[in-house]
Amino acid sequence: MRESTTAPSPLPELSLLQVHRLVKRFGALTATDEASFDVRAGETHALIGPNGAGKTTLIHQVSGALAPDAGGIFFDGEDVTGLSMPHRVHEGLVRSFQITSIYRRFTVLDNVVLAVLARRPDAPSWWRAARADEAAHADAEAMLALVGLGAMADRVAGGLAHGEQRQLELALALAAKPRLLLLDEPMAGMGPDESARMVDLLLALKAQRLTLLLVEHDMDAVFRLADRVSVLVSGRVIATGTPDEIRRDAAVKQAYLGDEDLDAEAA
Amino acid sequence: MNDPTSILRRPRHGLLNHRAGGAWIWAAFIAMGALPLLLQALGLAFYTVVATRILIFAIAAASLNLILGFGGLVSFGHAAFVGLGAYTVGVLADAGVVSAWIAWPAAMAVPAVAAAVIGAISLRTRGVYFIMITLAFAQMFHYLAVSLKAYGGDDGLPVPARSTLTGLPVNLADDASFYWVALVLFALVFAGLRRLVNSPLGWLLQAARENETRVAATGGRVFAVQWTAFVVAGAVGGLAGALLANLNGLVSPHLMHWSQSGQLMVMVILGGAGALWGGPLGAAVFLLLEELLSGVTIHWQFALGAILLVVVLFAPRGLAGLFDRFGTRRPTASTSPASAPTSKASSKGAAHA
Repeated sequence: MRESTTAPSPLPELSLLQVHRLVKRFGALTATDEASFDVRAGETHALIGPNGAGKTTLIHQVSGALAPDAGGIFFDGEDVTGLSMPHRVHEGLVRSFQITSIYRRFTVLDNVVLAVLARRPDAPSWWRAARADEAAHADAEAMLALVGLGAMADRVAGGLAHGEQRQLELALALAAKPRLLLLDEPMAGMGPDESARMVDLLLALKAQRLTLLLVEHDMDAVFRLADRVSVLVSGRVIATGTPDEIRRDAAVKQAYLGDEDLDAEAA
Repeated sequence: MNDPTSILRRPRHGLLNHRAGGAWIWAAFIAMGALPLLLQALGLAFYTVVATRILIFAIAAASLNLILGFGGLVSFGHAAFVGLGAYTVGVLADAGVVSAWIAWPAAMAVPAVAAAVIGAISLRTRGVYFIMITLAFAQMFHYLAVSLKAYGGDDGLPVPARSTLTGLPVNLADDASFYWVALVLFALVFAGLRRLVNSPLGWLLQAARENETRVAATGGRVFAVQWTAFVVAGAVGGLAGALLANLNGLVSPHLMHWSQSGQLMVMVILGGAGALWGGPLGAAVFLLLEELLSGVTIHWQFALGAILLVVVLFAPRGLAGLFDRFGTRRPTASTSPASAPTSKASSKGAAHA
């Protein structure tokens, strides 16, 4: 259970998401250790950190898959710390998964139609035929066209190539009409070509001023996409800033990159 | 409006959207409607009762299939709802209420309330815990019925006369009339379940069977969807119980025994979990085999078990799955779509990993 939630101090710029002194312990391990950061409306914010830094645990708490032990999560000024995952989705806080989570046995189109139907605010009808729901199908087809899977609509999702499944994963998240989209390693397991296509896709979303919170290992992608970067080390956010600031930050270099040169990696 | 043909071009039937069978279904219902007349003509009128029994269990199995097959929730206590429906009719008859217009809706309402409570508790668990909790609740009702001495306890409660359908020119005491009423109710249940399964609610129910986390992550209220299906299944199971009480002229605790729940599960798996015709087909084949084999040997359950084994091994999607092979082509995937109700625990765990 959460211990206490003190209201976060007001921030100069309008932040859509505020994570305030979040704590999550697993036994003796403190996976999230008073982590705080904020995501401003319209920005692409990257969350980076070495393996085991607690990125996934933090993302699970923000999306509602895990309950924090202490601290608060505020979305658009509202405390969502106690809300379930579907509740947060209806508020506009939507996530994608690092390990592709799709309906493998259903067609690509039906995958997205299901996401559209799940996102509807009212209780699902138990009488009208879902197949005859033209609005849902039109929405789904638009989403597929957006991620470049328009031609794959009638294929079975489990039969798609890995990169295409990642695109479908993104389409499902977009179908949930996010105001803030949490992307958990969208490039996971992708080859260079697939990765480049995903970066282009995310750039297109960014151009539409969709707020993105991006967890990613691919530093090249992070520095191309992010407006701001937060660095997570041992469950703590040790620095937040523009990509340039993060590149120059001595503490980040020390803790996260060791001897590696960040500029060289980003180049 | 968008291009309406874009929807028509889609494969209308697949794993998610289920068809009743088109023209065949009408032929099947006409044949079923003519059955009592045929049996009378052949001097086999007794079998009308057997056919009625099949229809009743078809309703019960179809209702279980909604949660077991389409929802992927292995409920091991469905007989409780059938039994509660039966007892509602029996207790009302004992109190002098014999009108079907009152007793039958009540026989749906009582198990619906029970399902609402049982579902609210058991649907918070998954996998083997869900199986055990639903089983425990059913056994609880079974022992409650055993302990009700005022209503016959272990011996059960006789239902001296069938319900009356005042206002309709139907006398349920006549076996053929009762059969036709059961047939009409079966048709209504079948049509209703078909609608439900193909509705947004039914799609989300099936989606949660496939990948619960994905439903939640796109805003779907998995619990509400599954709970609704659980309550509907309970109510429809209660209707089957009401008919069974009328057919047997007796309600007994045995109706709620775990073996009865198991029998309903066998029917669903035999017929095809997650297939519209699965429940009815399974009920028909199971009861006909029981009828045939028990005439040959008292060890009929052994033969039935062997047949079940063959079906599970060679037709993992049940008898309905066999029929389906000759029907519309389903979209094929590189991965095998063999196992119908995927383990909830595995899909949940995978997405959280």
